[in-house]
Amino acid sequence: MARDERSSLRVHEPPTGGMRLPEDSALPARRGDDLRRFLPGVEPDRRLNDWGRSERVEKLVDQTLFDFFYHYWFRCEVEGIENVPATGGALLVSNHSGALPPDAPMIGKAIREEHPAPRPLNITVEHFFKGYPGFSMMLPKIGCVAAHPANVQRLLFDEQQLVLVFPEGRKGTAKLYKDRYKLQRFGRGGFVEAAMRGRVPIVPVCLVGAEEAAPIFAHVGLMQKLTGLSYFPITPSFPHLGLLGLLGYLPAKFKIRFLEPVYLDPPDESGAFAEEPWEDKALVQTVAHDVRARIQENVLEMVRTRKSVWFG
Amino acid sequence: MERRPAPSSRVLITGLATHWGGRLAQALEHEDGIEAIIGVDSRDPTLELERTEFVRVSTQHALLRRLVDAAEIDTVIDTRLVSDSTTTSPRNAHENNVIGTMNILAACSGPGSSVRKLVFKSSAHYYGTAQDDPGFFTEAMARPHPPSTPIERDIVEAEGAVAEFAERSGAAVSLLRCANVIGPDLRTAHSRLFDLPVLPTIFGFDPRYQFVHEDDVVGALRHATTRDMPGIYNVAADGVLALTEVAGLLGKTYVPLLPPVGTGLAALGLRRLGVRIPPEMLGQMRFGRGLDNRKLKAAGYEYRYTTREAVQKLAEYQRLHPILRNVQEPYRYERDVEEFLRWSPNVVDASIRGEGRLSPRQIVELRRLLEPYEEMAAFAREEENGAAPAAPAASRGGSEKAPVERYDDLRADEIVSLVGSLDRPALEALRAHEQGARARRTVLSAIDRALKRADASEAGR
Repeated sequence: MARDERSSLRVHEPPTGGMRLPEDSALPARRGDDLRRFLPGVEPDRRLNDWGRSERVEKLVDQTLFDFFYHYWFRCEVEGIENVPATGGALLVSNHSGALPPDAPMIGKAIREEHPAPRPLNITVEHFFKGYPGFSMMLPKIGCVAAHPANVQRLLFDEQQLVLVFPEGRKGTAKLYKDRYKLQRFGRGGFVEAAMRGRVPIVPVCLVGAEEAAPIFAHVGLMQKLTGLSYFPITPSFPHLGLLGLLGYLPAKFKIRFLEPVYLDPPDESGAFAEEPWEDKALVQTVAHDVRARIQENVLEMVRTRKSVWFG
Repeated sequence: MERRPAPSSRVLITGLATHWGGRLAQALEHEDGIEAIIGVDSRDPTLELERTEFVRVSTQHALLRRLVDAAEIDTVIDTRLVSDSTTTSPRNAHENNVIGTMNILAACSGPGSSVRKLVFKSSAHYYGTAQDDPGFFTEAMARPHPPSTPIERDIVEAEGAVAEFAERSGAAVSLLRCANVIGPDLRTAHSRLFDLPVLPTIFGFDPRYQFVHEDDVVGALRHATTRDMPGIYNVAADGVLALTEVAGLLGKTYVPLLPPVGTGLAALGLRRLGVRIPPEMLGQMRFGRGLDNRKLKAAGYEYRYTTREAVQKLAEYQRLHPILRNVQEPYRYERDVEEFLRWSPNVVDASIRGEGRLSPRQIVELRRLLEPYEEMAAFAREEENGAAPAAPAASRGGSEKAPVERYDDLRADEIVSLVGSLDRPALEALRAHEQGARARRTVLSAIDRALKRADASEAGR
């Protein structure tokens, strides 16, 4: 049944190592607001989905470019893949770096390669890309989605998918080599709100190696203005090797660690669930801070125990 | 205050000559609950209609108000909105979309208006197209930036007027925002683009497109008319396609003819070659647009076509069209023929002539039938004046009956036209009957006015 594939009413598997254990995380965000059974069914003849993701293009890129980078260039090493839920939605939150960040596709590839039940990962990207020719065409095809709260909500809650966000955003990718592995501010906690609204757990992800693979030494403000890019970095291969130079990563060893999921809608003393926990801004900020601290802690630990940047 | 409107029975369609007005009227003609369908437009209807009455009037609110009152319209369906700027000049579009809407709303509002429901066909251009759009617009979302193209400005302004109307009057307002419509009977800027031998695109962009089949737009309008579903609804088929996917379904090659910078200038160049790409369409060809159609589905509407199927239907039409061209004569509205078919007693086929309606000729006949009552009234007057009472007892006994034969079959506007010819006692009898039967406000007030006139003339004597 084509329709079952997209069915979003899958029951959560009881979380094993989670911090908290919600009993009815399948509840709709607001009563009377659950339109999930009206989601369009999957048309089996189509090669693209409604977000513009293309089975064919994704497979092609995955089997060539990403495969090469994952296995031979970055030689990714993955820990804690079992923390990515096999069913239901989840929000993956990771640290971020690199002018044209290599971390996002590698995390997606890790889930496809190592997870017992490989699932597609939706990577949120800035709106900026939607206005830039070429990127606008390519990115949706390989599973990137504009980082709009409504998009994240639809993917997490309605479609029960995996979504990867980088709360550091542009501040993370634009930071210079000297600031490596220092996590920037985690936005305004929007990602926590998104997970709360979607009634899904947060899976923190730590990635070590991307900072050395694509170091940025400086920014050229004038060129940024002239090109209309979000920034114009100086890296080991850009700009002197042209636009493709942005893909000229150094062969650093990648280590990816998925941390235990954080379940966000805990019952109060009487056992009832908060109706709209995202309205509690203090709670949102606290959770955002905690998640950031956990990632930072683990990243530093991974850097500390790493013997070589290039060989792990 | 939530008013639960009674089901629509007396319907006014504005924009009968548009494709939507005509198609909707055709659809409603088969609806048993709909008692009367009246269509107005400044042009002749383009589709063949059976029992719909056409009144040629532009959007002048005073005239429309009289129509609404006389026919006791309870539901107004506005299908006039221009959402394709290639069909008319920006000035005409503004006149139609903003001023026209304002006039129609004015005709529906005000104290004592019989309008309980308004269905307004709007367009998804309300949302616009921008870089920071969400993947799927829901009805609750506002557009992220103020409108930049004339047609979008007009639509936003028209919707504002409708929202204000919904707030002030107690009427239930259903607003349908339709995605780009395609279908065999429809020529839009998009369908003309898809008719080209190759599909021009903007270099480096592959926008997401959602369409809706024309039958589904008519179906949704009909659904909103016959159901009680106030609120805003997106009308868009299931499935969002990439433009390259659309090209594939149509069997065309896409050529990135338009450069990503200076697209507007290139579009001007294409216009010289006869390909018209309006600015709102350029936005769609760059950023695309997706709508969340689940609210309408939750309101009980079932779409007949997905976006993909709608595009396939268009492809089928494109293959057939060169063969079938000029096979069918287009319909032309001829007032005399339409009047004959509707009113002539010589039309035998009852399915053509509506049941329970009166032609002008029948009204004359009714007047003749009314004469005994006028005689009765004369007797009564004489009685009052102290003259010898000679009224026949038999005809007196009928005073609690309706003073007009087949009265209950008459419609409000027909009764109102009769009232002027009645005398005081007949009027009083009529009033008592109407009060006891259907108590239509327009009828009662018309009788009261006639009574007042009678009083005045008596006082003058």
